[in-house]
Amino acid sequence: MKRPSKDVIQSSRIIGRRALVVGGLQVGVMGAIGYRLRDMQVEQADQYRMLAEENRISMRLLPPARGMIFDRNGIAIAANEQNYRVVMIREDAGDIGEVLARLTEIIDIQPEVLARAMEEMRRRAPFVPVTILERVSWDDVAQINLNTPVLPGVQAEVGLSRFYPMGEDMAHVVGYVGPVSDYDLSQIENPDPLLQIPKFEYGKTGAENRLEEELRGSAGTRRIEISAAGRIMRELDRQEGIPGKDIQLTIDSHLQSYVQARLEGESASGIVLDLENGDLRAVVSSPTFDPNMFVRGISVADWRALNENKYRPMAAKAVQGTYPPGSTFKMVTALAAIEAGIVTANDTVYCPGHADVSNIRFHCWRRGGHGNMNLHEALKQSCDVYFYDIAQRVGIDKIAEMARKLGLGERYDLPLSAVASGLAPDREWKSTVRGENWRIGDTVNASIGQGYVLTSPLQLAVMTARLATGMQITPRLVRLIDGIEQPSGIGPSLGLNENTLRRIRASMDAVCNETRGTAYGSRIIAEGRKMAGKTGTSQVRRITPEERAAGVISNNDLPWERRDHALFVGYAPLENPRYAVSVIVEHGGGGSATAAPIARDIILQAQYGGPPPLEAYPSNLRDQIAEQQRRIAARIPAGMRSQGRA
Amino acid sequence: MSYLEYNTKFVPTGARKLLYLHWPLIMLLSAVSCAGFLMLYSVAGGSMSPWMEPQMKRFALGLGVMISVAMVPIWFWRNIAFVAFGGSVALLVGVELFGEVRMGAQRWIDLGFMRLQPSELTKITMVMFLAAYYDWLPLDRKSHPFWVLVPVTLILVPVALVLQQPDLGTALLLLTGGGAVMFLAGVHWAYFVTVVGTGVGAVVAVFQSRGTPWQILQDYQYRRIDTFIDPSNDPLGAGYNITQAKIALGSGGWTGRGFMQGTQSRLNFLPEKHTDFIFTTLAEEFGFVGAITLLSLYALIIIFCIASAMTNKDRFASLLTLGIAVTFFLFFAVNMAMVTGLLPVVGVPLPLVSYGGSAMVVLMAAFGLVQSAHVHRPR
Repeated sequence: MKRPSKDVIQSSRIIGRRALVVGGLQVGVMGAIGYRLRDMQVEQADQYRMLAEENRISMRLLPPARGMIFDRNGIAIAANEQNYRVVMIREDAGDIGEVLARLTEIIDIQPEVLARAMEEMRRRAPFVPVTILERVSWDDVAQINLNTPVLPGVQAEVGLSRFYPMGEDMAHVVGYVGPVSDYDLSQIENPDPLLQIPKFEYGKTGAENRLEEELRGSAGTRRIEISAAGRIMRELDRQEGIPGKDIQLTIDSHLQSYVQARLEGESASGIVLDLENGDLRAVVSSPTFDPNMFVRGISVADWRALNENKYRPMAAKAVQGTYPPGSTFKMVTALAAIEAGIVTANDTVYCPGHADVSNIRFHCWRRGGHGNMNLHEALKQSCDVYFYDIAQRVGIDKIAEMARKLGLGERYDLPLSAVASGLAPDREWKSTVRGENWRIGDTVNASIGQGYVLTSPLQLAVMTARLATGMQITPRLVRLIDGIEQPSGIGPSLGLNENTLRRIRASMDAVCNETRGTAYGSRIIAEGRKMAGKTGTSQVRRITPEERAAGVISNNDLPWERRDHALFVGYAPLENPRYAVSVIVEHGGGGSATAAPIARDIILQAQYGGPPPLEAYPSNLRDQIAEQQRRIAARIPAGMRSQGRA
Repeated sequence: MSYLEYNTKFVPTGARKLLYLHWPLIMLLSAVSCAGFLMLYSVAGGSMSPWMEPQMKRFALGLGVMISVAMVPIWFWRNIAFVAFGGSVALLVGVELFGEVRMGAQRWIDLGFMRLQPSELTKITMVMFLAAYYDWLPLDRKSHPFWVLVPVTLILVPVALVLQQPDLGTALLLLTGGGAVMFLAGVHWAYFVTVVGTGVGAVVAVFQSRGTPWQILQDYQYRRIDTFIDPSNDPLGAGYNITQAKIALGSGGWTGRGFMQGTQSRLNFLPEKHTDFIFTTLAEEFGFVGAITLLSLYALIIIFCIASAMTNKDRFASLLTLGIAVTFFLFFAVNMAMVTGLLPVVGVPLPLVSYGGSAMVVLMAAFGLVQSAHVHRPR
């Protein structure tokens, strides 16, 4: 169909006219915009140029102060100290290389530090301040401030960084912080924007790591005007962050330092547990390291020295290490047997020095045997054969159940790294984990805390605490978070027969305070401060029948890593006990010779709240103890040196 | 239209159509887009990523789409105009129901390979629909109240949907664009005078209603108007963007601070420096000369479109070309007026320059329609 040409012409005319009107309007609007542009960019350009130079607004995150960590007496364990650092803003510096070259003339910078800073600046947005050097001396800061005109974009800033006044004594408890790494960030869902701040301090191990969320606080912001040269003209507004929460631990730093000093030179650990509330008064692993090294950035040499030391200074053995408990496990076997009604306290077992179980000969530590033994004498003299016998009668499952009741084989939720769960083995464990049947020989080994049984020093302390009180005590490391008291470690009664417990305690008393007790040499004679306990010596090697025939090689003749572990668990005082202690000296030889004296000194120190009077010791030891006290007193002030700075 | 409706002397066919494309227009579009690439390179701190490279790919895609659309005879587009309009309104409804919420507004539909903003599409299909409507409507009925009411109602449907998102800027653009096509088609002056009069009345009502329970606009929209009237009221809150944009623009001076040398742009002072506020970067780095050059390129595009439309005897083709030119004009004029502080800040990108996928492709498709009208005009 053809369109009538009249219509086409008319419509073209209408559209043409209207198009001119609309086109005219459009040109008018564009003219207005052009005029406006001319007005702003030509007429008022100078004014706007000045605003641009002077009026640049930037947002900065304000890192909050990290929460402090105190001991139970309010002594700072982890504090924040002010330090100066040199930062540089790429876009303000212009030629980075030239400015850095000038900077190296003024202050001393290692070439690799410089290279890292350059790399960091390339990676980040041009307006982000990048830290070039940390912990700069005041002299250097003054130098930089003096030379500001030739160092565009370079500033000295004051910041907070973590400081551990107690140094090595608390290393294994507080852990340390370090610059947040990409690995740390990858482990967190939804990381706090704070963590994006370069070199932000983040808890790496210990309480610093496990209590990170509490300690960190939240970021503040400040809006600042900066000039084209990068100078901060003024602060427009500032929203302070919320500082991290302060935390008070249950640790008594004086006691902690004492224990650390007492264990010096050994690869050992010691725990002191308060029986009133489960507070951990001291959690010590030896040897130790200085956490401040990690905050400042540890040198390769120091790092290698720590890693190659066979005593493993980095390991928090007190909670991470697991050891066969040896004879300290005998209380568990005894309690299991009596609670099961299989033996009474007066039943005797004859000890000829060995026992034959399914054609294997198991030896007592005393070659000639103990003769007739009842429960009390067997615990006191630590006769092995007695326990071989009763363990076979009660069975491993009951023993394992009692071990768990007393707190072994359980992982405590303490804010520390890698708390060990140990092992209280039973039939089910062996069949599911190892796929083997439980043998009677395994029971015999377990009865004296050898074989599959593994415990940490912490667990042994908990076991002792539960034996001493009959209550279900769990350890507590954090006393207050932000002033709020954390739940006490005291639980309900364990439901054990009080008479049975009293018998066990009487035997532990005899171990320390009666002649022929294995820890008689480490007794305390001060009235009302006496200690009860149990020694343990756990083998780490197999003694072959040939060696036994030829005479067992003494510990002193063995290389260090093949010697026995020395253990002691104890509590004091005898009436209304207040403290439980456990000591393990790795490859230390015998429990009575090595571990018991250490435990005695620690528990005396705890009871007196300081060095005990020499009268607390038997008279024959006093000279030696006096000498030891002088030696430790000379060391402790070094450990506590920074108290004033906290 | 088809050629049969006119007395034509000459008809380009097949690949020869390529020779009859409006090549100067294609050159202009490419020049504007290149200015965009340059600015995206600059705001990324001298880097192809994250904006310049994808933008170039989209431009290449858009060019392909434009030529494909241009090859299709214009009467095909007229015949599907109503369906296209209906389809984009359906998409608007879809966005209301299933859309992704971004920056406080629900505007996107995720197609998997690209996020589509149906309101962009609607701007073009609405022009198509109105042009087809007036092509069909006999001339003597164009100002009859009933035949005026029909397109007005159909314009108000997408406007209402876009307002619901809420996207005040796009709603006003749709309304103005639709009105402009009706005006171009020759609807009587009196209607427009009435509407503009009522509009002024409505603005007064909007301000009077503020703070009362029957408040018409959202709070954020009132705040933007306040900021517009006096940005110094709140230089760090709502007025922050516009204050900083003006500083950037003004500090450019005659010839600008040089490519990649704009201090304002180097800082993260604008949250949308690669989208709505990209013109400030251009004006800062290339100064008045650069800004006027871009404005002139835009003006030439408009002028070429008007010239093409006026030499086209077909009513659909010339209305469509003019309508698209007006829509394009509204885009850049509102954006430039916004960053120069002549209009309140509404979210309108700078066409072909701002970073944004669906806007670029849809605009190039629209110019494809202009090209199709140009190629297939009766000669």
